Amino acid sequence: MPTNLQAGESDAVGQRRWVWPGFALPGVVWLLLLFLVPFYAIFAVAMGRTDPIFNRAVPEWNPIYWDVSAFTGVVEDLFSGQLGTIALRTIGYVAVASFLCLLIGYPVAYFVSRRSGKWRGLWLLAILTPFWINYLMRMMAWINLLSPGAQVDQTFFLFGLDPPSWLAGQHFVVILGLVYGYIPFLILPLFGALDRIDEATLEASKDLGASPARTFWRVTLPLSKQGILAGLVIIMLPMFGDYYTPNLLSGSPRTVMMGNSIDQYINQTTSQGGTGAALTIVLMMFVAALMAYYLVTINRATKEARE
Amino acid sequence: MSSPGKGKANPWAGSRLLALTTSAYILWSLIPVAIAITFSFNDGRSRSAWQGFSTRWYVGTREAAESVLFDPSLRSALNQSIKLAILTMLVATPIGVALAIGLARWRGRLAKASNFLMLFPLVTPELVMGVALFLVFANLYDFVSFGTLAQFLGHVTFSISFVVIIVRGRLFAIGRDYEEAAMDLGATPFEAMRRVLLPLLSPAILASFAIVFALSIDDFVISQFLSGGASSITIPVRLYAGARLAPPPSLNALATVLMLITILAIVLAGLAFRAWKKRSGGDESTIESLASFEM
Repeated sequence: MPTNLQAGESDAVGQRRWVWPGFALPGVVWLLLLFLVPFYAIFAVAMGRTDPIFNRAVPEWNPIYWDVSAFTGVVEDLFSGQLGTIALRTIGYVAVASFLCLLIGYPVAYFVSRRSGKWRGLWLLAILTPFWINYLMRMMAWINLLSPGAQVDQTFFLFGLDPPSWLAGQHFVVILGLVYGYIPFLILPLFGALDRIDEATLEASKDLGASPARTFWRVTLPLSKQGILAGLVIIMLPMFGDYYTPNLLSGSPRTVMMGNSIDQYINQTTSQGGTGAALTIVLMMFVAALMAYYLVTINRATKEARE
Repeated sequence: MSSPGKGKANPWAGSRLLALTTSAYILWSLIPVAIAITFSFNDGRSRSAWQGFSTRWYVGTREAAESVLFDPSLRSALNQSIKLAILTMLVATPIGVALAIGLARWRGRLAKASNFLMLFPLVTPELVMGVALFLVFANLYDFVSFGTLAQFLGHVTFSISFVVIIVRGRLFAIGRDYEEAAMDLGATPFEAMRRVLLPLLSPAILASFAIVFALSIDDFVISQFLSGGASSITIPVRLYAGARLAPPPSLNALATVLMLITILAIVLAGLAFRAWKKRSGGDESTIESLASFEM
């Protein structure tokens, strides 16, 4: 009898050892085939050749035969050519837009998380609403308003002013579009971080004689640092990969971002796949640090939840 | 002396300025969209001059073929978006739930690597993922044609990780006690899973269905990179293509329909989430729950 029980138990243990990998298997296989392999395809195409007869990119799957000339060409262009200007513009747009998002988003997140009183639910609903409206719809709403002769122009006419053509290559319009589009994604993690700060900590600071301003700079702000960083990373990653915002709000070569070049090489030509793939690698080099930081943050949050 | 005194005399001064800033932000974030929605009900072609109320851009007549219901290109975008979202939801959710359970319990080096692989799509810019999938379908998996199939495969790929994150939170909260109790009482691991774990997970699973539906129907980049011709154009792709070409208000109507569908999905997810919070003794409101899983 005892031996029977033992045999049964070890059977169950043996079975259970394979149960969990078995559950994970479909998802892991899916991600290997449709995430990891495609990711590798970017490198295979960037380091591949261009077929001279059909004039299309041919990938090279074996790294031994990789031809880095297309990639080095792109890197050269980055340091001394057109691409350098585009890369600097991209970094400039993202930096200014992220800064503006933080400048506007912090007071909003602070108010809703700590000062909104009994209407808190309603305020929270208001800052969540943009999440449920499609990004393209939100851009289209601004196109409606900024079109020649539309509401914004009419307001200018009312004051006898001559409006500029908003939707034709204005840097600030693209930057404001980015701010408008991505700011909700910064406000929410900030809200979370500020919401978690214990009121007692702030009371303690006050009781020890710190002015409200000093309490903010020395206690609240440092305690919300994680939320600020998370929020900035969350908005900067998609901003670096954005091509639709400048296309919709300007469409001019003056406001081209790196994403626009990639979109152009991949979506609109067949022969330049290699250049498009090489540009994508350059873009990933730009955002690698952001991706790594975000990865570590999510992983840490998971570990904390597990304990 | 004077500055702390001031703070004490009028503790609401800061709050009032903050309330004003927040109100201004909310108005700025919502008014342009509200105007766009308003003009979807305009009884004329203009999107800036009000010509009376009408639902012609939504339901119009079959002969005019200018409404979301009867304009072939708008109708087809609506159909394509809903079709993709339902397919994605039905496939990504079960795969993601199984992956979440597997990853939460499977130990070892391979488990760590799999966990890492699962996190990667979350931090990869969508443009990079779009390029990657485009190139692999064009060059390696050339039996997958661009269009619905490619879009479906892409949508499932970015959705799986979201399901894992949602379900895993719930899994950690449940712990393993209930399952082990069931097995001590003689249940096999599979029985324990089916009769104990899955019912406990059901709110998270329902929330996942709704979130994946919303993610898919709102997606633009992957849908655009993997589309193949007019029949696979989704609502966001249609908005992108038409927004700068002085479109009639029917495009606003299409966008409004998309918004209503998304809100419906999110509200359902919120209700599922609230059911679970209630059962586990939390006292958060539905809105707080919504906020917690949008993060």
